[in-house]
Amino acid sequence: MTARTRLITLVVAVAVLGTVAFASVMRASHRAGERDTAQPGGPPISAGAVSLAGAGRMVFRNMAWGPYRDDLVSVPVNDPGGARVAAPVRCLRFYAAAGTGVCLRKEDGPLQETYFASILDSRLRTLHDFPIAGIPTRTRVSPSGHMAAWTVFVGGDSYAGSDFSTRTSIVDTRTWALTPSLETYKIIKEGKPYHAADVNFWGVTFADDGHFYATLATKGQTYLVHGDVAAQTLTTMRTNVECPSLSPDGTRLVFKKRVPGADPDEPWRLYALDLKTMEETPLAESRSVDDQVVWSDEHTVMYGLAGDYGDDLWSVPADGTGKAARVAVAALNPAFIG
Amino acid sequence: MYLADRGPTAATAPTDADQGRTDRAAQPGRALRAIPATVLALGTVSLITDVSSEMVTAVLPLYVVAGLGLSPLGFGVLDGVYNGVSGLVRLFGGHLADRGRRHKAVAVAGYGLSALCKPLLLFVHTLPLISGVLALDRTGKGIRTAPRDAMISLASTPENRGRAFGVHRAMDTGGALLGPIVAFLVLGMAADGYDAVFTVSFCIAALGVLVLVLFVPGGRAPAVTAGPAGADAAPAGDGAAAASPPVTLRSALALLRIPDVRRLTVTATLLGLTTVSDAFVYLMVQHRLGISERLFPLLPLGTAFFFLVLAMPLGVLADRVGRRRVFLGGHVALLLAYGLLLMPLHNDALPFVVLALHGTFYAATDGVLPAAAAGAVPAELRASGLALIGTGQALARFCCSIAFGAAWTVIGDQAVLGIAMAGLAVCAGWAAYALRGPETA
Repeated sequence: MTARTRLITLVVAVAVLGTVAFASVMRASHRAGERDTAQPGGPPISAGAVSLAGAGRMVFRNMAWGPYRDDLVSVPVNDPGGARVAAPVRCLRFYAAAGTGVCLRKEDGPLQETYFASILDSRLRTLHDFPIAGIPTRTRVSPSGHMAAWTVFVGGDSYAGSDFSTRTSIVDTRTWALTPSLETYKIIKEGKPYHAADVNFWGVTFADDGHFYATLATKGQTYLVHGDVAAQTLTTMRTNVECPSLSPDGTRLVFKKRVPGADPDEPWRLYALDLKTMEETPLAESRSVDDQVVWSDEHTVMYGLAGDYGDDLWSVPADGTGKAARVAVAALNPAFIG
Repeated sequence: MYLADRGPTAATAPTDADQGRTDRAAQPGRALRAIPATVLALGTVSLITDVSSEMVTAVLPLYVVAGLGLSPLGFGVLDGVYNGVSGLVRLFGGHLADRGRRHKAVAVAGYGLSALCKPLLLFVHTLPLISGVLALDRTGKGIRTAPRDAMISLASTPENRGRAFGVHRAMDTGGALLGPIVAFLVLGMAADGYDAVFTVSFCIAALGVLVLVLFVPGGRAPAVTAGPAGADAAPAGDGAAAASPPVTLRSALALLRIPDVRRLTVTATLLGLTTVSDAFVYLMVQHRLGISERLFPLLPLGTAFFFLVLAMPLGVLADRVGRRRVFLGGHVALLLAYGLLLMPLHNDALPFVVLALHGTFYAATDGVLPAAAAGAVPAELRASGLALIGTGQALARFCCSIAFGAAWTVIGDQAVLGIAMAGLAVCAGWAAYALRGPETA
């Protein structure tokens, strides 16, 4: 091949590959644009005031297509599938209690995306921004609204290469004292102090301002841990518990459990754990759930499952009876207000 | 690039001695004068390929968590197993390349396999399958590494080999730094456009393969006969492969009978055993020097920046003062970095100094080791020999990671880093002794 043919080949190839690349970006861009147009048959949404105080409302991340996609919306608790009121606050993950909200959000930068945990007041105004090191996955606020916790996925800080790890932070919103990583707490595993480079924590659920439950993973095993904020300790309680969520009366946890023999792509089922008897009860949801459930009252939990446009919100009784029912489409991370 | 275009006769004779000189007259710029066109072409291929692969690496966590909505914990379970396999793949690629004297063909297969993995990502949506595609991608990387380094060494003159590898590594790292920028540009134009990122990544990878096919001379290298041409004369020692007998697995293993090859393999492996993996270095920087959460993802960029800037100057230095000396010097830089991490100092500049030393370590070792090794391995077994030394080093580093992780559990980060530092000091001392004396060019 002469220099000339090589050069021509290269130019032609650059033109063809460049066209393919350009077309794929344009197609994706067009598709992203489509999501800004409301789908027929979707829930009616209008702009308005969303409050984290008041009563009888439920606030969540709206995933329905249209101008309010990814905004926080509010609906009446007794009509969660009904008309949505949207506020221009966009969160990847959200939770609120007693007038305090946590919004885990993304900011696009020139080099990479950056993430923040924003603590919101009852009118969704940002009180404090904390930079976070990875992709948000879970967040909770203590029942009093004083303490907040969040978990993010961090890529590539494992010794084995392309592994992921999690990082869980806790902040006291009264003093803004931040624990950047629960890894600084002392771990007491089966009665003995425990150290490991591979510990990961996720899914904090608060009992009160000083105590919480969470998941600890190490050496391929997950544990339910009980955390003490003042003593800075985490004590293991039992194995195979992920993303616990404590009932409003503090007596039961609903969590996702890896069940043996399940499809590796669908490994989890929801279980309830009675903290007094330590008895487990499978809930009546037969599908795999990868979420930290939210209690809508003393008897029912809600969780997300993939739907046509983002996640749909489902509910199931917390005692193993009844059956799962869809509560709202294109809705994520509900928080019950009042 | 067209400067690489040469008559078919010349192109099929990529031996150490002549090519650099033939190309030299045509090179633009003083700094690049002694860089053979083949090396620049291979550097361009690596740069393009690294843009492509780092695009995917940069968005993959986001894609898995936000795009697919999966919980990626335990994603890297197969990683450990795969690190072992990729070492063997590298040996296989090196042997295959030497066997038919077809370095270019094997490199094309390796780059091609990795390129084909990018569109596969459009069709797999579960963690096991994504891991599988990534494993295949890395198989391609394993296959191509040894023949590519062999081509770099064969295309450069012995006295400029350090510079050639330095330029190649700088271009490679430059691509790795550009990749995430391109990926996030695409995501900026098309929100959630992960499919567009993978498609663009494939187009870029395909361009890389094309540049390799078009602009890197290939064909069958003629059997090299012993002569006064330089490094490819039989190296001092028993010269097992000097008369270019057919390349067999046995002749590849017999390389270890050449004292210089043995010494370099053992040294690189021993030093690898005490080289703490990047991930742990960044964790230590964060834990011990108090880097904010937000800066944590930027730490690898710091190392890459210093690697990029220093790769060529240190390659040139290696050509002047000796590659083994610079290779050892790189480990001294690493030793200093460990030392700074262990000292109870608190200074805002400290993280930068540690990253600078870490980048210096890479710049002084990553390209300098194959440059040093090339002098000891006969040309007809070049890819096998480079694979042998590189694999020894890579497997040793992996063993170190496992041991480091386990020891961290038992005795804590400070103690385990102290032990690694002591081990590195001992190994570096031994290496300085073992590698003393004149080196084969």
